Amino acid sequence: MSTATITPIGAAVRRKEDHRFITGKGRYTDDLDRPGQAYAYFLRSPFAHAAIRGLDIAAAKAMPGVVDILTGADLAADGIGDLICGWMIHSKDGSPMKMGSHPALAKDKVRYVGDHVAVVIAESLNAAKDAAAAIAVDYEELPAVADLAHAREGAQIHDCAPANTAFEWELGDKAATEAAFARAAHVTTIDLVNNRLAPNPMEPRAAIGDYDSGDEAYTLWTTSQNPHVARLVLSAFVGIAPEHKLRVIAPDVGGGFGSKIFIYAEETVCAWASRRVGRPVKWTSDRSEAFLSDAHGRDHRTHAELALDAEGKILGLRVHTRANMGAYLSTFASSIPTYLYATLLSGQYDIPAIYCEVDALYTTTAPVDAYRGAGRPEATFLVERIVEKAARELGQDSAQFRRRNFITAFPHQTPVIMNYDAGDYGAALDKALEFSDYAGFPVRQAEAARRGKLRGIGLSNYIEACGIAPSAAVGSLGAGVGLWESAEVRVNPTGNVEVLTGSHSHGQGHETTFAQLVSARLGIPIEQVSVVHGDTDKVQFGMGTYGSRSGAVGMSAISRALDKVEAKAKKIAAYMLEASEGDIEFKDGRFTVAGTDRSLAFAEVALNAYVAHKFPTSEIEPGLKEGAFYDPTNFTFPAGCHVCELEVDPLTGVTTIVNFTAVDDFGVVINPMIVEGQVHGGIAQGVGQALLEGVVYDADGQLVTGSYMDYTMPRAGDLPAFQVGMTQTRCPSNPLGIKGCGEAGAIAAPAAVINALTQALGTEEVPMPATPARVWEIIQARAARAAAE
Amino acid sequence: MFAFTYQRPEALSDAVGALAADGEAKLLAGGQTLLPTLKQRLAQPSALVDLSRIPGLVGITRTAEGLAIGAMTRHVEVASSPVVREVIPALADLAGGIGDVAVRNRGTLGGSLANDDPTADYPAAVLALNAIVVTDRREIPAGDYFRGLFETALEEGEIITRVDFPQVECAAYMKFRNPASRYAMAGVFVAKTAAEVRVAVTGAGQSGVFLWTEAGEALTSDFSPQVLDTLTPDPDELMSDLHGSAAYRAQLVKVMAQRAVEKAAR
Repeated sequence: MSTATITPIGAAVRRKEDHRFITGKGRYTDDLDRPGQAYAYFLRSPFAHAAIRGLDIAAAKAMPGVVDILTGADLAADGIGDLICGWMIHSKDGSPMKMGSHPALAKDKVRYVGDHVAVVIAESLNAAKDAAAAIAVDYEELPAVADLAHAREGAQIHDCAPANTAFEWELGDKAATEAAFARAAHVTTIDLVNNRLAPNPMEPRAAIGDYDSGDEAYTLWTTSQNPHVARLVLSAFVGIAPEHKLRVIAPDVGGGFGSKIFIYAEETVCAWASRRVGRPVKWTSDRSEAFLSDAHGRDHRTHAELALDAEGKILGLRVHTRANMGAYLSTFASSIPTYLYATLLSGQYDIPAIYCEVDALYTTTAPVDAYRGAGRPEATFLVERIVEKAARELGQDSAQFRRRNFITAFPHQTPVIMNYDAGDYGAALDKALEFSDYAGFPVRQAEAARRGKLRGIGLSNYIEACGIAPSAAVGSLGAGVGLWESAEVRVNPTGNVEVLTGSHSHGQGHETTFAQLVSARLGIPIEQVSVVHGDTDKVQFGMGTYGSRSGAVGMSAISRALDKVEAKAKKIAAYMLEASEGDIEFKDGRFTVAGTDRSLAFAEVALNAYVAHKFPTSEIEPGLKEGAFYDPTNFTFPAGCHVCELEVDPLTGVTTIVNFTAVDDFGVVINPMIVEGQVHGGIAQGVGQALLEGVVYDADGQLVTGSYMDYTMPRAGDLPAFQVGMTQTRCPSNPLGIKGCGEAGAIAAPAAVINALTQALGTEEVPMPATPARVWEIIQARAARAAAE
Repeated sequence: MFAFTYQRPEALSDAVGALAADGEAKLLAGGQTLLPTLKQRLAQPSALVDLSRIPGLVGITRTAEGLAIGAMTRHVEVASSPVVREVIPALADLAGGIGDVAVRNRGTLGGSLANDDPTADYPAAVLALNAIVVTDRREIPAGDYFRGLFETALEEGEIITRVDFPQVECAAYMKFRNPASRYAMAGVFVAKTAAEVRVAVTGAGQSGVFLWTEAGEALTSDFSPQVLDTLTPDPDELMSDLHGSAAYRAQLVKVMAQRAVEKAAR
């Protein structure tokens, strides 16, 4: 076999799955129909906070086409448990977090607009909607708690959580940090709001529950990023069915950005209801429901202080964050503003002392959980904003100030748990400054001024912790699960390969990247490799895809399985070639007796593994199939430098990004085209957060931004052509040297944009999203102040 | 969507009759607002009377005074018409900037005017150009046609058949789009005739499209952007919402008007 047919690591091959997607042959949950299926429609709370005094379904149940109407009382009668939050956080005083009861259908109270009151199951969606309108609910309205800033003083949302506080957590050395501030020559302070975002995957959530009374087993098709975790939670905690009687399938899934990690009320109810009504039950979210009920992201209010010596060396960082959890603790909500946030507060900098306090507060809004970056964008935004502000206050160049404080020796233990294993922050900064022509900015700024435009340039030197995560480490921090990954490599007798993975692709291109790894390793064409994922009956177990972990963890598991395949195939080849195993070399898809021209193609050995004619089966089992569970030894630490250059039209407040440079260190890159695509998408979402996107609830807890009429999604026209570059330090913590790339853009971009905008506008007070109206108001206020002086 | 019956008459009189016979019936004239409204169950008409097969409602004609455009003429046809481009190029520009390609392929002039959304584009052109809205029963001057938010002079069952646009010396439309919806947040149509300049504003007014008469008068005496430097529409008359205060909209109206004058004068 010639090496020309092998797809090496580092090749920008086109995505194998795109043929299916662009010819309309993708199979998403809503594309699937089960014989006899009925349709679910959820009656949702119109109020942010209300007690349910009565619920009369009689008239609705009698309406045409209605199969059944189920409520929280039915759920309780069947012994179905609450939805859970799977990461335990303890408060400063040692008490466990206050997890409010979260039934899939409300029992006595609703806690946000969109909360689930009842489900109507009918012959058609229209019939279900008609009946839902006929359900009589007697609500006693309670005061909404819509504003994070005043959540403590608001009406109590959960009986178990006084002052609407889920936990008050801390990380770092308080005394050492106070000592650092005591000897500081300069202290920079900042107050930031990290705006709330709606995830908006292109495919809304959907579920089909199907109970087979013959086998007494359930099948649940659902839009999940981690079907095995969904099955585990639905079995072990919610109690839908024993694990071996519940098959969860996540077929093609159209984007997730974190929002499809979680186990929601709707799929829980569809699975349970399919047994209640004896028919498959299908639910597909519409976009309005998605805005109301998909878990949102971000939503922090933070006060931070940076202690500096006289030369501008950072001595310490002190942070106090209030994090909005929404009405309930979603599946991994508690980990986001804690261990995925405060552990990154050292950024790329050598900061001797850090102390962070996080108050997690309930409000009568949709639950808040992981959204692309999940805690790390909030950390980077804080670190890069306060570092920028400090440089400006000290009159130092932004780039030089950062460089002076960079971590330069690895491994580096930060004061906030993380041990950075490898990186070269100066190299990324140099390359980014060169690509963006940072030195030439003053000339461009002056030219823009002549056109009446305000021009700014902003840096963001981000770091993230990906490849989550070493199981024992996260277990010690409160995680309810381990975060390893599994893989199985099945070599067929004809030499082609199926890879079964616990990772889940919902846009990331695993069917290509994973196949590329196998192609390069076994020396077979990429076309001869299939990737199987997303079905608990096919893949034994897996932890799913989020936190940029599929490369670093999922592919490492595949790599380990490939090690075993190669080792066994070598044994078989040795018998076939009548040589000793130690003399067999495997390269470019051929097993060769070292120093001879005697060799076998991989496919010949694969066939022989199955016919089993030429080796003693008492010594070597027939077949060629190997599995591996890979648990990482550390997080990975992708890092880089993003530079945003923009112009503001002072007459309209419109911000135009004229140049955006991203230089990232993702370690070893398997497919640079896919990686660049991930960077592009991430930057788009990061620019979206900075300039366009923001979830708004009014004082009554009504969702104001409930559709694309009011929620601004980034469009192609809002973005320039990106300049993307890379530096590379190999990740020493996994066999492939991969760090991960899925979230970098969303983590880095907001600070780059706002640092540029604050420079252009000459004020540090620029809120996100910096809409044209807000920017214009800032310019007006400045002009008014200038006139008054 | 609730159930309704669908009718597609082939004569105007049949459409008029269908409306007269059923007070809950609605006209379908492209449906770019109506169909999303139905899908969200925000309206429940008994019937939809589709005007797309009625002869004479579609087409663009050069007239002695200017242009006559059939009510069922789609935005894409106005945008790409060489006749419109020659007689009133600003109108072609406006039509080419409505919604997106899909909307322009289905939406119609008459549908837009009958709906009279306060953020729609066409009302600004009709008002600034002093066009005449022709119906199955009368001719309505633009100044009498617009009555507020989604309110027009149309009577029960009255159907727009065409709009007569007089030619002007020069005109231009500038629009500041709402960042989320892309509807006009401030759309300003400036039209200059030998006698006067008219400035119509859509997207910003609390009561829908309006003439900014103060600007029109100033521009009548001096057709230059600078003449608007000291003028701003009264914010008390303008909308304020998530996307911008009334003061911001007033600023946008001024800037769009200045840019429209600049463009028209080119």
